[in-house]
Amino acid sequence: MEHSIPIITRRSATGIPTGRLAVWWLLGSEVVLFGGLIVSYLLRRLLYEHWSASAVHTNTVAGATNTVVLLTSSLFVVLAHHAAAHHKPKQAFWYLWLTIGGGLTFLVIKGFEWGGEIAHGYTLTTNLFWSFYYMATGLHTFHVIAGLLIMAIVSLEVRRAKNLHHVELIGIYWHFVDVVWIFLFPLLYIAK
Amino acid sequence: MRDTYAPMKYVKIWGILLVLLAISIAGPMFERPTLTLITAFGIALVKASLVATYFMHLNVEKRYIRYMLYAMLLMIGLLFAGTAPDIMQASGLRWKNQAVQELVEEHATHEDHHSHIP
Repeated sequence: MEHSIPIITRRSATGIPTGRLAVWWLLGSEVVLFGGLIVSYLLRRLLYEHWSASAVHTNTVAGATNTVVLLTSSLFVVLAHHAAAHHKPKQAFWYLWLTIGGGLTFLVIKGFEWGGEIAHGYTLTTNLFWSFYYMATGLHTFHVIAGLLIMAIVSLEVRRAKNLHHVELIGIYWHFVDVVWIFLFPLLYIAK
Repeated sequence: MRDTYAPMKYVKIWGILLVLLAISIAGPMFERPTLTLITAFGIALVKASLVATYFMHLNVEKRYIRYMLYAMLLMIGLLFAGTAPDIMQASGLRWKNQAVQELVEEHATHEDHHSHIP
């Protein structure tokens, strides 16, 4: 069984399995990507006090609900990892799909939120604040969608009790998506 | 190594995260900017470190992963420190950003107008 796993996932020159190391490096680049965006936002938010007049219109209830949803999905994916680590593929499979359910709920809430804002005339081109708002939340949503797709693929493997270590890899990525939202929430929804 | 944390431990951390979220939402209700800053961004830092430490298992991960992430955060800090003197000022000793200056002045002199700006 062990020898059927490709060498690339078994090799561990650094003491960390290659797959997990790759995920950490990916996340390192993501820190710079989202960090750059957040820093650009902060620089202008501190300069332009009038941005608070725009920030007033973001939907705090939707933002807070989505935070609860993402935190809960993070719990599910870490439980999926725990189940996979104890070789319980069936349990891991269901926890993965609970996580996917959380991600889909996040997308539905975000869809309603954006729809409401656009209906009120706040679009990507309204002003610089809304450009940042849609850019940051849009880039984050893109990461949510990518995570959901990968998680669905991983769940199919897990159902057949194959590549259970992939649960940990997608889990680490999903937690990062959660961490990004933890910072976007106060920036865009709380600091008004 | 990773079995140290039983599922109940994860549920407890999730509970703490939800309590912290509630505090960060309640912070602005006291209408004190400093308190809001602490409850919003201070708590965000605590929440993020809880997720990274216990859910992402950074506490049991090889130490250099943590160093790698710190290096990335340092880059972000350098980006802020390096660009802030130019971006956060409308003018300097021998330069002036006309567009920024006009925008800041326009909104400073039209306080009433603020509530209507989308």
